[in-house]
Amino acid sequence: MRIYDGGKIIIGLVIFVGLVTFPFFYNIGKPNVKPEPKLDTPEIQKLTEKKCVESKAFMRAEHMKLLYTWRDAAVRAGERIYVNSEGKQFTISLQNTCMHCHSNKKKFCDECHTYMAVKPYCWNCHIAPKEKET
Amino acid sequence: MVEKALTGSRRYWAWMSFLLFLIGVGFFFYLRQFEYGLGITGMSRDVSWGLYIGQFTFLVGVAASAVMLVIPFYLHDFKKFGKIVILGEFLAVSAVTMCLLFIFTDMGQPTRVLNVILHPTPNSIMFWDMLVLNGYLVLNIIIGWITLSADRKGVKPPTWIKPLIYLSIPWAFSIHTVTAFLYAGLPGRHFWLSAIMAARFLASAFAGGPALLIILALLVRRLSKFDPGKEPIQALGKIVTYAMIANVFFLSLEFFTAFYSGVPGHMKSFVYLYSGIAKYAKLVPLMWTSAILALASLVLLVIPATRRHETLLAIACVSVFISLWIDKGFGLVIGGFIPNPFERVTEYWPTSPEILISLGIWAVGFLVLTALYKIAIAVREETEGIEIEH
Amino acid sequence: MKINRRQFLKIAGASTVLGLGGTAVVNMIANDGLEASHVMTDERALLAKRWAMAIDMRKFTTEEDYRRVINACHSIHNVPDIGNPKDEVKWIWSDGYEHVFPGQENEYMEESIKELPFIVLCNHCDNPPCVRVCPTKATFKRKDGIVMMDQHRCIGCRFCMAACPFGARSFNWKDPRPFIKKENLEYPTRTKGVVEKCTFCFERIAKGLIPACVEASQAIAKERGGEPGMFFGDLQDQNSEVRKILSSHFSIRRKPELGTEPSVFYIIGGENNG
Repeated sequence: MRIYDGGKIIIGLVIFVGLVTFPFFYNIGKPNVKPEPKLDTPEIQKLTEKKCVESKAFMRAEHMKLLYTWRDAAVRAGERIYVNSEGKQFTISLQNTCMHCHSNKKKFCDECHTYMAVKPYCWNCHIAPKEKET
Repeated sequence: MVEKALTGSRRYWAWMSFLLFLIGVGFFFYLRQFEYGLGITGMSRDVSWGLYIGQFTFLVGVAASAVMLVIPFYLHDFKKFGKIVILGEFLAVSAVTMCLLFIFTDMGQPTRVLNVILHPTPNSIMFWDMLVLNGYLVLNIIIGWITLSADRKGVKPPTWIKPLIYLSIPWAFSIHTVTAFLYAGLPGRHFWLSAIMAARFLASAFAGGPALLIILALLVRRLSKFDPGKEPIQALGKIVTYAMIANVFFLSLEFFTAFYSGVPGHMKSFVYLYSGIAKYAKLVPLMWTSAILALASLVLLVIPATRRHETLLAIACVSVFISLWIDKGFGLVIGGFIPNPFERVTEYWPTSPEILISLGIWAVGFLVLTALYKIAIAVREETEGIEIEH
Repeated sequence: MKINRRQFLKIAGASTVLGLGGTAVVNMIANDGLEASHVMTDERALLAKRWAMAIDMRKFTTEEDYRRVINACHSIHNVPDIGNPKDEVKWIWSDGYEHVFPGQENEYMEESIKELPFIVLCNHCDNPPCVRVCPTKATFKRKDGIVMMDQHRCIGCRFCMAACPFGARSFNWKDPRPFIKKENLEYPTRTKGVVEKCTFCFERIAKGLIPACVEASQAIAKERGGEPGMFFGDLQDQNSEVRKILSSHFSIRRKPELGTEPSVFYIIGGENNG
């Protein structure tokens, strides 16, 4: 059987297979560590009721949606108070509310983000708290 | 028909490789710009638009000029343009592609470009510019491809293409009117705040675009077996002539209003561009070159004997193109920002990365143009002698 | 069942569109468990129908006065000090009379005003051309009159900079963070590629505080005695400080002939005409 342009096709196929399987080859041998975000910041330890703005399950799945709601509320609508599903009030601010308790970006936020290879650019503007190098 | 662009002579592949090289260089510097920020260009707080937006403004005009072939052929049955309308439509595709790339390159946050679609803002002229530019691109791709395919098969194109062709006529006027509106509606920029801005834009478009088409047609005749014909080129030459007369006339109207009224706000930008303000005179040589080239080209174009001489016509067209490129692709945009709202002068000159990125985008345009023209020429060569019926 | 390639592709395409479209619709309708929560305004927030500022330049007598007012703003808002006029970012600064009010030049005017640097900032116009041209509503006009910036949405096209007749806007031509002298950890910085300008301290107003520059000028007045150089208030409230000072003094605005309706007024003379 004659394959016309067989040489070019084979080369093309090899390149294609190489590109498609690249993620797998690139990560061979890399440790696959389950992310363990740490909640032991000094600010959280000072809290009497160790509760976030919303429940853990909700935050895990929807914190980005909440932040979008917060962003539009604070910046575009001028509403700066968030009343959560239990009626508790919070000041809408990534920098001063969320990051106030979760002041350990590297051991909290980055844990899951790095694992998922997600690079949110929030902290390009919203100054992350200075962390002590341990 | 795409396969026609994938086969060619050594000269074809050498040219395409050269263009790909320029594109690679441009892309490399774009990555540098993406990393560092637009500060890598010569733009500043005072002159916040520069070479990129200037090129976009100029190229929208080139894109609109396809209509100067479409109107005579489709509305007035000027059969002489039958074989070269496709060249105009494909030039439009290439030019609009470059426009979109220049706009993208100029953005500070290009990853957010979809915000213009996610948050439509009809009161913003830029929103409409996005719509009309993309619409015109799609229109010309469809019209060019369908009509060329029909020509290749020796049949009339499908009837549904006619309304699209008719739509492309006002659409061509709209892309350049909308672009002119970007400038003409800004209360703080007196250099741009002129009622005839859109008229000037259209006049320079219909001079510069067909001038490029003439040069391309002459090149096509030399580099292939397809001859666009002496008469179509002469007809285009007459269009360039009248449009250039209108363009120079409009510019002189602006000069009159500015200098006869004596209102400082109206005059200052002209003074900067053509004479300089204090020690700031960077653009003066360029603007006078543009003016001299414009007048020289007019002489060659208006005199029928010189216009009929194809070499002199080519020289005139090159002069027109360069003159308008300087005037619209540089002088117009920069002049609007000088002096600044505080009556101070901050000069502008593009940096090397900026120039190389711009060259890369021009190379993309020429790559698209060459490929599309290769296809069109191949079809014309195949169907030589067969009358075009649209 | 005989099916040719064209029919197959049509069916496959239609199913994909329906599938994706259907999923999208379901996602949009499905709730995310946040029914009970909502947002609201801080009760301390200052409210107005049209915020405005009146600046009495006669009260700015030393370089220190200008420095304190400008610094009050630039320091709390993490405004970078780029150090060259090409890339500079500034929200509030000063310039001479003939530059701030071009078209109002008067060669035979009183020397003290001719030489006086005027404080300039965004005028928060009532008919702002910058808002009109923004293709994404990244800059928009709030109900209280403030021309606001949404840095999340800005695509960096700089159309607003071309449209502003007052040169009030700055662009981040590069990453500003290395150029911020001392970060205020309670306010964000910006990133490269977005436009920024004075926002009448919207974040302070939301907590019941007046703009930082006005506060600084009031502090200067307290130390020195006499009236402050800057007033802030609701132009539509007859009893506001701003209305009182405007009704009793001669004031001008920048480029009023352009119809942008600036909300920043400059007190030149009046009952205490100097």
